[in-house]
Amino acid sequence: MIGPPKPLNAPNPHRLPSRVARDDEHLLVAAAKRGDAVAFEELVKRYEAKIFRLTMNITRNREDAEDAMQDAFLKSYAHLKDFQEDSRFYTWLVRIAANEALMRLRKRRPNQVSLDEPIEGDDNLMPRELEDWGPSPEQRFAQTEINEILSEVIDELEPDFRIVFVLRDIEELSTEETAQALGISVPAVKSRLLRARLKLRQKLNRYFRRGGAN
Amino acid sequence: MNCKSVILEISNYIDGELAPVVKQELQRHLEHCEDCKLVVDQTKLTVDIFCDSQPVELPDDVKWRLHEALRRKVSGKGN
Repeated sequence: MIGPPKPLNAPNPHRLPSRVARDDEHLLVAAAKRGDAVAFEELVKRYEAKIFRLTMNITRNREDAEDAMQDAFLKSYAHLKDFQEDSRFYTWLVRIAANEALMRLRKRRPNQVSLDEPIEGDDNLMPRELEDWGPSPEQRFAQTEINEILSEVIDELEPDFRIVFVLRDIEELSTEETAQALGISVPAVKSRLLRARLKLRQKLNRYFRRGGAN
Repeated sequence: MNCKSVILEISNYIDGELAPVVKQELQRHLEHCEDCKLVVDQTKLTVDIFCDSQPVELPDDVKWRLHEALRRKVSGKGN
């Protein structure tokens, strides 16, 4: 569930997670806490596509993704009074949705998600297949093609690397927020993120190298 | 700094989380190691291309079921 990329030469704001939340988010949250259903519906409309992308990226199963998204919004509504506003509403929502998605993924693939287990040493980290990618992918591929490629390579990534990458690099949570959301340590997030990024680079090499799969 | 150390620090380098002295060492390595430079540039592009992807619009049927469930919840008819 990857959407069209923005131009790659655009300013890169991905280290500024606050771009996700608009300035009036806290006003909507306050109104929703007072029982204003319209305000909560506005929050839902604002984030529904992003939350569905998140649950789809974690579960890689449309039915599970929809259930996880729906339950995340229903739970956030039910527990809105418990939201302490020490983080952004969006971050709180992502945390709930990630857990709902993770729960469904674990049910479907019980032995494949091991976020709390140590990962292998550094031996397999050294990149292979070092080839020039030539002009930027968006000059060579249509946006729909890039979407398909991104969807395909993220689907191939092992779940415990994929989940960290999705939260950190697609949903733009900080390392600390990702660690908190998944109940793992900051070093564990960093270690999985490094491996996820290197593995994805290697998988993308298949498509983006000069004369690669077009 | 050798190639393996560069690879281990790629994430921290991309995220701007390296101490200045380590960052300088890494950049010095990149000046003369084309392989590492390629990996660093391509890894950064990998992160950027995913980070810049936008969520596609929610399918109408999924959106309808979500808002229906919320309406039931708000009106006290849901679980």
